[in-house]
Amino acid sequence: MNEQKPYSVSLPTGQSETKLTLAEGLRPRMETRGLSVYYGKKMGVRNVSMPIYANTVTALIGPSGCGKTTFLRALNRMHDLTPIARIEGEALLDGQNIYAPGVDAVEIRRKIGMVFQKPNPFPTLTIYDNVAAGLKLMGVRRRDVLDEAVERSLTQAVLWDEVKDRLRAPGMSLSGGQQQRLCIARALTVQPEVLLMDEPTSALDPISTQSIEDLLTELKKHVTIAIVTHNMQQAGRVSDFTGYFLLGDLIEFGPTNQLFTNPKDAHTEAYITGRFG
Amino acid sequence: MASQPPPIGARQSPLYRAFGDRIFLAALLLFGLIVIGIVILMGWQLAAGGSQAFAQFGLLGFLGGVTWDPVADIYGAWPFIIGTLITSLAAIVLAFFPAIAVAIYAVEYAPRWLGSILQYALELLAALPSVIYGLWGLLVLAPILRSQQQSIVTWALENQQDWLLAILGPPIGFGMTTAVIVLAVMVIPYAASLAKDSIALVPGAQREAAYALGATKWEVIKNAVLPYAKGGILAGIILGFTRALGETMAVVMVIGNNNNLPFTLFGSATTIPASIINEFGEAMDLKLSALLALGFVLFIMSGLMNLLAAWIVKRMSVEGRL
Repeated sequence: MNEQKPYSVSLPTGQSETKLTLAEGLRPRMETRGLSVYYGKKMGVRNVSMPIYANTVTALIGPSGCGKTTFLRALNRMHDLTPIARIEGEALLDGQNIYAPGVDAVEIRRKIGMVFQKPNPFPTLTIYDNVAAGLKLMGVRRRDVLDEAVERSLTQAVLWDEVKDRLRAPGMSLSGGQQQRLCIARALTVQPEVLLMDEPTSALDPISTQSIEDLLTELKKHVTIAIVTHNMQQAGRVSDFTGYFLLGDLIEFGPTNQLFTNPKDAHTEAYITGRFG
Repeated sequence: MASQPPPIGARQSPLYRAFGDRIFLAALLLFGLIVIGIVILMGWQLAAGGSQAFAQFGLLGFLGGVTWDPVADIYGAWPFIIGTLITSLAAIVLAFFPAIAVAIYAVEYAPRWLGSILQYALELLAALPSVIYGLWGLLVLAPILRSQQQSIVTWALENQQDWLLAILGPPIGFGMTTAVIVLAVMVIPYAASLAKDSIALVPGAQREAAYALGATKWEVIKNAVLPYAKGGILAGIILGFTRALGETMAVVMVIGNNNNLPFTLFGSATTIPASIINEFGEAMDLKLSALLALGFVLFIMSGLMNLLAAWIVKRMSVEGRL
């Protein structure tokens, strides 16, 4: 289960201690093997193999149209909703291919939650019902269970103190940053193993962005996170591992500090130093 | 020091500047005012024309009067009002689920080619002249319903269910039931088209939010799509109701045109538009005024329904709330 041969990371000299602490105890929660996504004949992502280690934050960076979002959405079978999308290769969750025949996409999405670019709370529901929506879908009806789960999720999303006195207010009455944290809480309620975040702060102001970033560090204790971001500083701040995508290819993957300080690939270096993209 | 440059466009006189814009705006304003004027004028003229009948019987006396007897020159609107309301309400109740089902299927489930065919079919049905619906009701539906009604009434007779017979009425095939079914068929394309549009307008992000929580397709529709589209769907239903209220030709051809209360399930009945089309030909004096007064009542009913639809869109739709 723990074999990480293809991804063994060679760190620059002088950082070997870091390598040891990072690599020890790491096991991939998810892993893709030769994953490709096509839209009709158009290629979205080509032959990507990378791990997403448990209880870490993995950032996916790259210029617009590089396939990072396409790749992220392949990780919980969101492409199933696009009729022309076609997947090749494997995406493993705890060693099991989520694209294997007979695997229920609904079940997969319950285990692999998602937070989107723009906050999308259910506009007709209250704050409470937004957070409880996932559990209600699973058939949980008991008041005390729901109450406890809502409080836990909102606390994890660092929103509880701001909304505990108005849980019955509409979800849309919150500010943009609060709405995004509400969406994070909503995704957390069903206790997913992995949380996929697609540029979760791109529609938010700097203060809200800061609060979401702070949250990620807390959250990774409970859940494995993969985050798409167009903001390299953000990737540097929040992530443990980074994958750099270009034109549908995964160019480089490694620990964030190594990839940012000593990229192996010239393209990566050009991008992170701002000469391109 | 260089002198100040002249303001941009200063060569033109203020009156000439954007002259075309002004003419265009004036024309738009004119046509807008004409529309508002027509509504007011029409309501006022109907009320004025009906004032003789209102004065003769009193407002409530006219609205609540159950006798419509041109020979005795007594005119009460109640049978027409109740006939209109019952047929329209029953039609919209019948049309409600089929319309929403068609809309959901067309947007969420149908493959693209079938969705397009459905769309064209709905548009065609909505555009079909109502006399064709009437003809279909008269020649196809009424005979079928008559034989069904006869067997039900025969059963009731054999079992001596007198109360049931009183509700059913004579099984003639032309009456309330036939009119309701024809109206329902006419209303479905309206309500379905509007419901379809509101469902299609639900943002993809809302669907994805539900899918990402592990919702099945039906759960996504139930929890994310329908609540979001609710306002538009209901508004469509109410506009369908308004259409049923005012439907004339198809109803007059199948309803049997009888204004003697009580109305029965199978027996003939009437509505406001049906009675107007039947009686305006030889109407004079007080009768003409009574018909215009009926028209005014229908005008107000339709207007109220439209207002209600607008209010619902504003109140219940997600955009209206923000």
